[in-house]
Amino acid sequence: MSLKSKLLMVLASLLLVTLYFTPIWTITLTAPQYPTGLGMYISVDDITGHEQHDLQNINILNHYVGMKPIVPEEIPELDFMPWMIAGLIFMGLMVAVIGKPSLIIAWLVLFLICGVAGLVDFYMWGYDYGHNLNPKAAIKIPGESYQPPLFGTKQMLNIKASSYPYCGSLFMGISLLLGCIASWLEFKPHKSMDDNV
Amino acid sequence: MKSNKIRLVTGSILLMLTVMILYSCSTQTDVMGTQNAASKVYVAPGEYDEYYAFLSGGYNGQMSVWGLPSGRMFKNISVFSQYPETGYGYSEETKPLLQSSYGFIPWDDSHHPNFSRTNSTPDGRWIFINANNTPRVARIDLTSFETQEIIELPNTGGNHASSFVTENTEYIIGATRFSIPYDADLDVPIDSYKENFDGAFTFIGVDPESGRMSIDFQIKMPPYHYDIGKAGMGVSSDWVFFTTYNTEQAHSLLEVTASEFDKDYIVAVNWKKAEEYVNAGNGEIIDTEYYHNYRTEHNPMAVSDIINKVKLIDPADVPGMIYLLPTPKSPHGVDVDPTGEYLVAGGKLATTIPVHSFSKMLDAIENERFADYDSGIPILEYESTIAGEVENPGLGPLHTEFDNEGNAYTSVYISSEIVKWSLSDFTVSDRIDSYYSIGHLLITGGDTPNPDKKYMLGLTKTARDRFLPVGPKQLHPAQLYDISGDKMELILDFPTYGEPHYAQAIAANKLNLNAKQIYSLSDNEHPQATKRPRDVRIERDGNEVRVYMTSIRSHFTPDNIEGIKVGDTVYFHITNVEQDWDMVHGFAIKGMENSEILFAPGETKTIKWEPKRTGIYPFYCTAFCSALHQEMQGYVRVSAADSDVQLTWGTGE
Repeated sequence: MSLKSKLLMVLASLLLVTLYFTPIWTITLTAPQYPTGLGMYISVDDITGHEQHDLQNINILNHYVGMKPIVPEEIPELDFMPWMIAGLIFMGLMVAVIGKPSLIIAWLVLFLICGVAGLVDFYMWGYDYGHNLNPKAAIKIPGESYQPPLFGTKQMLNIKASSYPYCGSLFMGISLLLGCIASWLEFKPHKSMDDNV
Repeated sequence: MKSNKIRLVTGSILLMLTVMILYSCSTQTDVMGTQNAASKVYVAPGEYDEYYAFLSGGYNGQMSVWGLPSGRMFKNISVFSQYPETGYGYSEETKPLLQSSYGFIPWDDSHHPNFSRTNSTPDGRWIFINANNTPRVARIDLTSFETQEIIELPNTGGNHASSFVTENTEYIIGATRFSIPYDADLDVPIDSYKENFDGAFTFIGVDPESGRMSIDFQIKMPPYHYDIGKAGMGVSSDWVFFTTYNTEQAHSLLEVTASEFDKDYIVAVNWKKAEEYVNAGNGEIIDTEYYHNYRTEHNPMAVSDIINKVKLIDPADVPGMIYLLPTPKSPHGVDVDPTGEYLVAGGKLATTIPVHSFSKMLDAIENERFADYDSGIPILEYESTIAGEVENPGLGPLHTEFDNEGNAYTSVYISSEIVKWSLSDFTVSDRIDSYYSIGHLLITGGDTPNPDKKYMLGLTKTARDRFLPVGPKQLHPAQLYDISGDKMELILDFPTYGEPHYAQAIAANKLNLNAKQIYSLSDNEHPQATKRPRDVRIERDGNEVRVYMTSIRSHFTPDNIEGIKVGDTVYFHITNVEQDWDMVHGFAIKGMENSEILFAPGETKTIKWEPKRTGIYPFYCTAFCSALHQEMQGYVRVSAADSDVQLTWGTGE
């Protein structure tokens, strides 16, 4: 494994450290009474409001249609995900230390599995959150569910929900790309003997 | 024949068209003028005004907040009068604010708002306002737009010449309108006026950090009547000025007896010198009694201090502090131009506007051009201080403000107009009608070193036929004028709230970004706040029951209460745990001999209830808070005094 690939792997791993400081996803809700919107950031370890009290205000609005309150302390993924990211960082660094090219592929596969699992989990959480409604809710509309979109914009009653990746996702993407470049450098077909001189 | 008929018909049609075109042309001009004025005051839906204007409430004891140039009202700020809409003066938090040495005062007459200042320019921290009847000054915080503090002025009968603020908010000035004996309980014949009555000026210090007010000292004055005041600026920033009437020292039928003398005075007080004298230990501490009521930013529960001493200095003992400037015929306003050089008197019975020169006054003092003395105070010669007299100002000039091009604008009560005149040659250049009988006027920045030449607001006393009639008593109007050109132009006429006397305006961007959207629950230091669901409870101590309640869309916790008994005194301490802008809840309960209360997001308020009969008492949220506002309600069961119903409470159980 070349020094260049090792450095790329170190960089790819360290880029994931940013996930502890910047959210990976953002959801914005706008309504006639909230022209500038209420919103939340989803980070690996927390869900917070765009503004200090947005989460409380979203929960107040949601309780009318019977949605469960979003309580970050009660979402197990937020306890688990920081360790998962830590594992990816640790393993990425180990790949660079051990220097065996095939480990890069293994790391990339693991990364992708984590990423896809995360998205699936996010979708399922959103589905449960939007469908599993309190039967005693004040406002009940037959057939209506309140699942936020995974990606994009959706109108739900008076509220328009927009869901998009945030900075953290960008850094994850770059990290993944750096890993891919490292593996390409290791496994690309050699054009001539001169390349190794 | 046929062609003649056609000609006749064609001619008639042409004639009619011409008449119609000519007619429409003449109305076109009116329409253009109206559209021009309308576009100047038009603030599109969702857009903000350029200025906040704070209008005193006069006899409603409040202050109202308006936008200029639109003339839209944003808020009534409760100050000196109870206001059952919000519970001001009824809630336990605000009742102490209205305490005085005469007991609980539910009403007053608020006249002259004045901003806190830095370099004589409004700094957007606080606005002060005076109570005329039971003499007091209030401080309103300009982040919450709520009254935070009220201080009573001792030895004062009517605090009218107030609440004007010195250059850097060192002092708020006050003065007795009606001279009285200092001993509030002194039982003497009224005709012993000259022996027993005294005047007083008050200097209220302001803590630069907290804004907390204190009566720093008073000055003993001859028993004249003191009308209005103003702080100097620029060259005269160490001085404050007051007008006097009744220097005749009459005590009955003043409309005749107090108008005998040709001249009364403007009193010039060097407050810096007075402060030096006080700091050097001059003056005496005298016995008195006054109340100081205040609350802090995070604890809305007001407290009252009773203070029994005040520092008094007598001008006869300390020279060089006060001078009298003879001024024609019971002057009303005394206004200082942006440089601080000119003192414009509103000689309300005079036929000219006398203008004194500050620098000439200093020269006259230097050269001791004293015509006489009263109570040890030098009276300067009239000619020694006068800079000029404005001829033909109309009848009854009162108050003057200024623009940034050396023009003065004086309100004229009897002839119901505003006259514009030049500070360079003291001649009138323009005049415009008021509707009707103008009192104070306001130019944006017009009482600061840096006025605008943009808007002028005239505050008038009677509406008569100006609006759709609503009976014999109507609201007082205000007129907005565009003064950007050579000619003043009326652009808006609108009814106000209460009886605005003076008003203050400030650029919107100096306040709007600092305006609070919520009271932060985590900062709430109310001793009876209920911030978390588990703190909801009811406590009984003998006959006193305290309900620690919360409100959030769309329920109260608790909403079913049993175990209250006839003879109990029940305090509802309700915390609005919402943290969303403008998400207000209210509380009212059947048969309560008290007001409702409204509570802003994050705010805790308390209302006292003394049920007199057994029964089931519904209560509900009075503010339309949410789609399920109508369901935001509850019941209290009141049992007989000797019943053994246990105290229980709950919500949704």
